[in-house]
Amino acid sequence: MEFGLSEEQVMLQDALARFLSGTGGLERTRAFAAGKDRRAPEVLQGLAELGVTGLIIPEVHGGVGLSLLDAALAAEQLGRFVAPAPFAATAVMAPLALIKAGDAGQQATWLPRLASGAVVAGVALSEITGARDGAGVEARDGRLYGRAQFVVDYESDLYIVADRARGLYLVAADAPGLTRTDFRTIDATRPTGELVLDGVAAEPLKADDSAAALRAMIDAGRVMLAADTLGAAQEMLDHAVAYAKGRVQFGRPIASFQAVKHMCAEMAAALEPCRSLVWYAGHALDHLPEEASLMACHAKAHLSEVGTFVARTATEVHGGMGFTDLVGLHYWFKRIGFNRQVLGGPQAVRAEAAALQGLAA
Amino acid sequence: MDLSYSPEYEAFRAEVRGFLEANRSRAPGHGGNGLTWQKLLIESGYAARTIPREYGGFGGEPDILKSRIIAEEFARAQLSPGLGGQGISMLVPTLLEVGSEDQKRQFIGPTLRGEMLWCQGYSEPNAGSDLAALATKGVLEGDHWVINGQKIWTSTAHLADWIFCLVRTEPDAPKHEGISFLLFDMKTPGIEIRPLVDMTGAANFNEVFFTDVRVPAHQIVGRRGEGWKVANAILRHERGSLADPNVMQSRLNALIDLMKAETLDGNRVIDNPVYRDRLMTIQGRVQALRCNDLRLLSAAVNRQSAPLAGMVVKLQGTELRHELEGFAIDVLGELGLLYGDTPRLRGGGSWQRDYMYFLGLIIGGGTSQIQKNIIAERGLDMPREPKLAKA
Repeated sequence: MEFGLSEEQVMLQDALARFLSGTGGLERTRAFAAGKDRRAPEVLQGLAELGVTGLIIPEVHGGVGLSLLDAALAAEQLGRFVAPAPFAATAVMAPLALIKAGDAGQQATWLPRLASGAVVAGVALSEITGARDGAGVEARDGRLYGRAQFVVDYESDLYIVADRARGLYLVAADAPGLTRTDFRTIDATRPTGELVLDGVAAEPLKADDSAAALRAMIDAGRVMLAADTLGAAQEMLDHAVAYAKGRVQFGRPIASFQAVKHMCAEMAAALEPCRSLVWYAGHALDHLPEEASLMACHAKAHLSEVGTFVARTATEVHGGMGFTDLVGLHYWFKRIGFNRQVLGGPQAVRAEAAALQGLAA
Repeated sequence: MDLSYSPEYEAFRAEVRGFLEANRSRAPGHGGNGLTWQKLLIESGYAARTIPREYGGFGGEPDILKSRIIAEEFARAQLSPGLGGQGISMLVPTLLEVGSEDQKRQFIGPTLRGEMLWCQGYSEPNAGSDLAALATKGVLEGDHWVINGQKIWTSTAHLADWIFCLVRTEPDAPKHEGISFLLFDMKTPGIEIRPLVDMTGAANFNEVFFTDVRVPAHQIVGRRGEGWKVANAILRHERGSLADPNVMQSRLNALIDLMKAETLDGNRVIDNPVYRDRLMTIQGRVQALRCNDLRLLSAAVNRQSAPLAGMVVKLQGTELRHELEGFAIDVLGELGLLYGDTPRLRGGGSWQRDYMYFLGLIIGGGTSQIQKNIIAERGLDMPREPKLAKA
């Protein structure tokens, strides 16, 4: 019985933290947010060198062959450093789709390139986790028609698109008939947008049960977003505590006022159990198939709620400075806001959690 | 990460299950008697497991996983895990740690067997969160302590044979260093007990008054002035035990059953998405605390530390339990108001009772505000409130 991280897992986190702080941390994120480039190639390159892009890809395909819990630990670090890098789709959901639903040829073609970072893959299935504006994709005669919104890791070379029948398809970013429209969201660290598909020739992933693969992608994607929020929220709490210790008002550090202390304690009390929930949900993805979907829903919904609470409270502890661009806390605040809605907001995910237990009408 | 148990532990689990099946008819509530059940559990190693044989325990090696397996299997079989109470959960570990050899031999065995029931004399009217401000006085006169003062929130004082009590014996020492930990018989002349009826309608607590109560000088645990240290050795243990997430899980299951059974305008409450969303919110939080508990168990087994994870249990657990019970009352609506001996009562009134009782636990055993101070100061290393200058 061991419910905790191995030495290797702690080393993975440390290595990733060293790399991400070394790339310039918040300054790099600011430059990315302010610039016109929608990709940060040197960050992606660094992640590839650390094995992060190929973390769950089997070694025979050039990856590292680690677990989805390891991937969640990586996501936590990316959230902690508000890294402008694709991850949930290109490093987790797309490889899972290929591993679970791709044929040998598709795997051999794409997995090594995803692992090396040579190809970035986005995932377009927002219509499965909640269609807005009437979006949706239909497959007819091997071609895709329709619209997919809020593509995860949208700045990509390749997309994995789900149609309404829960089939999965590979679509090249430059495929004829595909029009991309960039969106601007609150979170400048993760570009997104929509795909309009007008008879795009698409290659289906051929497994018999693509619905099961789709389920696994959604579960894993949700745990990654929850882990990203865990890292972002922990960083905001750490900032708040440090700020409160240094900020003097009425002749003493504001950290010595109970009103401020209790705000920080409430954040810590809510957030600390979240770490265990994310670990468990990450572990369940690989090892506890009966619980995986439910725990992914709970991790996603609960981290969304706690993350939102921490984002707001940590900002408040900083007083007026928390509201400014100067301190830059808003990058974390917005990242947590982004994670909350993508792949299903908390209400939608909780409804799914109830349905998974046979509790829905 | 490995959530499986080794074959040794799986075998142990099977052994516990076998015991419970074979002895069900001897358990209290199934035809048996509480005291003989306790004796059987100690002999079999399922109660007082790690307490040395010479003091009346089973004398087993400490094994956190085996203790957990025992707790899980007794809960699963819905059979009594043996006697509890503050004597067994707090005094016995204290005596084992700091008691004299005579004290261990005199008190531990009878306490474990349920022959000696204890109450805890800590809080006073003017020493609640600031427990170290306690003022009950103990003065050494010859070979006796003479005790005067008042305790409050003393659960089971009306049933207890003996009390373990914090008393100020060194009035000139700093407040944390002037307290001693005394043991005495509740039948000693000069003790008056007044029941304190709480909001649930039950007298779960008492006020206890001491007037010239004479206690033999040797009935002190640790040395004079060390009482604060003695008491604190185990206070943290009490805090965690007030909010067991596995008990919360069974309460959550009962809530789900309630929502399936109850109807509103002819429809099952569980089929109403507003109620269902709230249920799922609570379930998510229960899951987070269960995972946190798993982390603490694993840290204890593998001798790792997760201090913050431990510090948040009492605060999070009691607050969530209070909320869970309160939501069940909302599920019942007007029916949730029924309480006591009345037609149409649900669950024996347990939802209202626990809703109120857990508000008591949010306050008792270190209030939520004190818990937040602990988390901030010890967990997050934030500075203490500066002391007021003496006027």
